[in-house]
Amino acid sequence: MKRRDFIQQASATAALVSMGSLGLQSFTSIPKTTKITILHTNDVHSHIDPFGAEDGRNANMGGVARRARLIETIRNENPNTLLLDAGDIFQGTPYFNYYGGELEFKLMSMLKYDAATIGNHDFDNAIDGLYAQLPHAKFDFIISNYDFSNTILDTHTKPYKLFKMDGIKIGVFGLGIELNGLVDPAMYKETKYLDPVEMAQEMTRILKIQEKCDLVICLSHMGYTYKNNPEKISDLKLAALTKDIDLIIGGHTHTFLPKPTLVKNSIDKTMLVNQVGCYGINLGRIDFYFDTLKNKSSNGTAIVV
Amino acid sequence: MRFTYLIYLLFISLFFNCKQPKEYIAKIEGKQIPVTDSLSENAEIEAFIAPYRAHIEKDLGSILAYAPKTYSKSDGKFNSALGNFMADAVFDEANPIFKSRTGHNIDMVVLNHGGIRSIISKGNITTRTAFELMPFENSIVVVALKGAQVDSLTHYLSKAKTAHPISKLKLSIDKNFNVVDATINGEKIDANKTYFVATNDYLYNGGDDMTFFKPNEGLFVLNYKIRNALIDNFKKVDTINPVIDDRFIQLQ
Repeated sequence: MKRRDFIQQASATAALVSMGSLGLQSFTSIPKTTKITILHTNDVHSHIDPFGAEDGRNANMGGVARRARLIETIRNENPNTLLLDAGDIFQGTPYFNYYGGELEFKLMSMLKYDAATIGNHDFDNAIDGLYAQLPHAKFDFIISNYDFSNTILDTHTKPYKLFKMDGIKIGVFGLGIELNGLVDPAMYKETKYLDPVEMAQEMTRILKIQEKCDLVICLSHMGYTYKNNPEKISDLKLAALTKDIDLIIGGHTHTFLPKPTLVKNSIDKTMLVNQVGCYGINLGRIDFYFDTLKNKSSNGTAIVV
Repeated sequence: MRFTYLIYLLFISLFFNCKQPKEYIAKIEGKQIPVTDSLSENAEIEAFIAPYRAHIEKDLGSILAYAPKTYSKSDGKFNSALGNFMADAVFDEANPIFKSRTGHNIDMVVLNHGGIRSIISKGNITTRTAFELMPFENSIVVVALKGAQVDSLTHYLSKAKTAHPISKLKLSIDKNFNVVDATINGEKIDANKTYFVATNDYLYNGGDDMTFFKPNEGLFVLNYKIRNALIDNFKKVDTINPVIDDRFIQLQ
């Protein structure tokens, strides 16, 4: 399959590094490239087994055991890999009806997921049902705009998390969808929904300015975009309204994108929004190449999608 | 030789240059990798899933009852054998629970036609059949409604032109879809009496435009899934035998 390549302001220095040229470097700085690989899923909805051969739409697609092998291969290529999920892990097959999410969390732990955010369907067995399965998850739940302080989930989620890989500091924060009108209040109980744009501004301030992260990722279950309700906050809207987010990994709308979407943020800098449909049919992969040679004046990041 | 020396110098200078220079994003590559059957499976993961799958398959495949023929929700205009079966099953299974908790009987049941998600095929009825009929996690709730609100309910049913499943309510409408007669337990609906109407939480919250559940005189959450009521009902009968009857008819 031939991919269309978009080269944005390709910088000459980046090309030099990829050639491994050392000769022209100053003796006082280390010429170094670091590759960080971000792998992601969303809306897997308890799809543990692949779709059957007779399935009308997704025949022979998906399956956790295959995804595990794929992730393994990529991690072997590049140990600097983060594996993230954008929520709606629960609900969709009898695995959830029978085991309440236990198997989903155990398998994600075996696949070494680094973090996930919370989707609306993750409340389907009520907030207590989610809490009950937490011991099976060896990864963190990251969400910054749900205030759980009056609920059983209090202190069991994080507003953001820092990862350090090969000297690169990565900040991940999470945003959830408004639950009122979507989920029965008896399910989410006293969970308070906070404004996602305000929280994103607060999180990026912490991650970019305070923590000086090299890479800021937003794990979102807000939905890609709402054509019939353009006022509703979505990943595309959030991207345009904020700055200092390098990548939004989305979910909820089960959006299949031919490639990650490039969006201009509030300071006209290009960033990425991605989502990979649903049911574990696809794995998203974004590679960030870092180097020390950036020509700061040209803002030279090459984006190839 | 002089060149090697230079490399040496370079390494020494790197070694002593303790300050880590700031790194910047130079390039980003993004792509989507389809998870297809061309990928091999991780054997450890597969082995981990296997006993869970085996348990579910065994349970879903367990035979609960027998269907002498195939039943579909589109078999009847205003009531169908399948819809009648489901509404009656909800009454039969939920009423003893409701009665033991409140001392009251359920007066009627209303579900929605769209909530019947598959057919019952002729042959063995298994747990899988119940999952296919009702894949959602909706639970039974009982709503205490004044007779006036029940009138809104019958008005809704009369205009819906759909075989929404009902039980214990008897409804006849004229050719202009106006209510001619509506009875519960053989008696006309009394505007001042309180009726206990069983439905599911989705409809209670206004699903399928069923707005007549609010305001109400009280809500009783049974924590009993519709699907589990069906499974429990299947277990009690050897052979199901639902029929289209006169519970909801149009007079010509």
